[in-house]
Amino acid sequence: MTDTTQGGSPLSATQGSYMAMVRQKRLYSGIAILIFVVLLVSGFHTANARNAGGFLDGLPQIFDFPADVVSEAWDKRADMAGLLWRYLPELIETLNIAAVSTLLGAALGLLLSLLSTRGMAPWPPLIPVFRRVMDVSRALPEIVVALVLIYMLGGGPIPAMCAIALHTAGALGKLYSEVNENADLKPVDGLSSVGSTWTQQMLLGVVPQVAPNYLSYGLLRFEVNIRASAILGFVGAGGIGYELRNSMSWGPGRFDEAAAIFLLLFVTIIVVDNISSVVRNRLSEGARP
Amino acid sequence: MSDATVTLVDRQDAAQALFRRKRLVSVGGPAIILLYLTYIFFAFDVMGLADRARLDNAMTLIRDTYSYKTHVTRANRTGDLTVAKESERPATYPEGQTPDWVEVAGETVTIDLPKGHSVVFLPEKTAIYRHPEFGDITAKLDPGVVIDLPESQIPDWVSYSGTRLDIRTEAGRMTMTRSKTEVFRYFLGWELFWFTLDSPYHNHSVLEVLFGPQIDPERPNIAGAWQDFWGNPLWHHGKVAWAIAETVLMAFLGTAGAALVALPLAFLAARNFTPFVVVRQLVRRVFDFVRGVDALIFTILLSRAFGPGPLTGALAILLTDSGSLGKLFSEALENVDERQIEGVSSTGAKPLQRYRFGVLPQITPVLLSQVLYYLESNTRSATIIGAITGGGIGLMLTQAIITQKDWEEVSYYIVLIVLMVIFMDWASGMLRRRLIKGKTGAY
Repeated sequence: MTDTTQGGSPLSATQGSYMAMVRQKRLYSGIAILIFVVLLVSGFHTANARNAGGFLDGLPQIFDFPADVVSEAWDKRADMAGLLWRYLPELIETLNIAAVSTLLGAALGLLLSLLSTRGMAPWPPLIPVFRRVMDVSRALPEIVVALVLIYMLGGGPIPAMCAIALHTAGALGKLYSEVNENADLKPVDGLSSVGSTWTQQMLLGVVPQVAPNYLSYGLLRFEVNIRASAILGFVGAGGIGYELRNSMSWGPGRFDEAAAIFLLLFVTIIVVDNISSVVRNRLSEGARP
Repeated sequence: MSDATVTLVDRQDAAQALFRRKRLVSVGGPAIILLYLTYIFFAFDVMGLADRARLDNAMTLIRDTYSYKTHVTRANRTGDLTVAKESERPATYPEGQTPDWVEVAGETVTIDLPKGHSVVFLPEKTAIYRHPEFGDITAKLDPGVVIDLPESQIPDWVSYSGTRLDIRTEAGRMTMTRSKTEVFRYFLGWELFWFTLDSPYHNHSVLEVLFGPQIDPERPNIAGAWQDFWGNPLWHHGKVAWAIAETVLMAFLGTAGAALVALPLAFLAARNFTPFVVVRQLVRRVFDFVRGVDALIFTILLSRAFGPGPLTGALAILLTDSGSLGKLFSEALENVDERQIEGVSSTGAKPLQRYRFGVLPQITPVLLSQVLYYLESNTRSATIIGAITGGGIGLMLTQAIITQKDWEEVSYYIVLIVLMVIFMDWASGMLRRRLIKGKTGAY
């Protein structure tokens, strides 16, 4: 009893150390937030200083260009349907680039992921090698590969396709190997006990387990790849991005074309996103027990 | 009994239908893909690729990435001799100074090439290429190019027209035109990567620079060497470092800004925090809209207002990702555990305190992990956006590729970009593990 009155009781000691811990935690998170804010503010200052036009100077003009485009498109609204129709083949090319590169990249990623998952890899010592291959192909931005290939192979959809497929292989390979790690290996054991080859084990034992997840990640990647394929077109790889750059470089007078392309691209992205999200939801519900 | 057989027959039918469907899918799926790829094969004109492909471009690119060439040039009108690496001005040897494989004796210049090959520049606009197996090829300017071969047949590694001679062997290359006679010798590596020829530190080892006597009387060794390396006029290390920093800055500002914008909006888009359907739907449509407009279009629109530069790129990433992050955040918010919020509100907490102590601790690990993932992926996007808006390493890369000259610089930038992305990947992965583990460990 005397202990409590003297303030040396276990309770107040616990409380004291708890409060000290709380203070320390608050101090740490305070410092972390402070550092973050300082980085953010000074970062914006640096970026602003190195930009061609300043943020505050540009802010009032931010809607000038969209307004020009919209007003010009509105003046020529009668031609809009024709323009949309004219750029449809380019849009299909962009979609084709995205679809083929997703297909090829997923196939390559599947192979790489199987080769680099423990328990499934036919050559376990080579697992780190295949992992590094995936890391590097994921790290290479598409634009690097695309520009080099454009120089070597000439313009057109093929350089863009190869570039996106390579990146997709790395990105999907990593996700797929995470899926593989969670797969049940018992079917593989069963198949190997009856003398099946590695290909048969993978196709019959692993792929049915992981197919819904694979498909879902593949669809997500397809959404990303449509955007990538449009951007690569802008640096000269064909498709709708290329047409966008052309109509932009003409300047005023051709902004109705730019508006048509903006519209096509926007609608496509929204539609594909929504379809893929519906399909993915269905897949993940089907996969749930 | 009859009931059992009926169900058995039914089940058998159902099973057979299932098998038929599976068979259809397992045959039909690949067939459709194959059909599509065949269509693409013709739509993309894969057959025409062979005509369009420029194999010589590919060879130049590959050779430049691991080697460089030193040019020994004699101007045929004046007789002036210059020795320069990759014929760049900062890489030109000063007058009267030549590398040890070039020997100058009056007007006669002997250039040693590897594998026993050599070239001799003689007076009166004459040059001899000495091939150890084939023999001497003598070329003279009189007034066109006149050659003299040991055999009457011109070998396929020599291309000759009346005005131009070009000899390409595995040891080097010699060209002669009316204006100049030029010899290329190839060396492994990237030329003058550390110091250019005009720097006093060229040809000094690291140890000499660090611990040796003062090389440049004006400056201390380390400071001077750093100055010359950082401002290397061929490689621009300082500018490249700035460009990398700009790219990372774009990714950081874009991601952090997007997270700050998205967090409050996500509360408005989450079902359990915003009972008003109109507000919720409105915010969600805004998220969909900015995601759909996409970074490419934002970049174009913003660069009209702010001009090219890192700020434009950062804002484009910020706008696009506030949509993506807002959607992810609101999904995370819909999955929070209500009991913790109830617990906090039972102590009499006000709404803001409820969010701070009941909601944020639950979702912080999820949010942080998503933000860090986006940071890593945005480093790549910033490279690409930089190529469009003109900022950062993306711009330097496109410029180097467009000039089609300095492929060793292109490979330097590619290596740096890959290292940058791998570093960001590693750093964000480490932070993610550390922060999330720390959080779960504290509970």
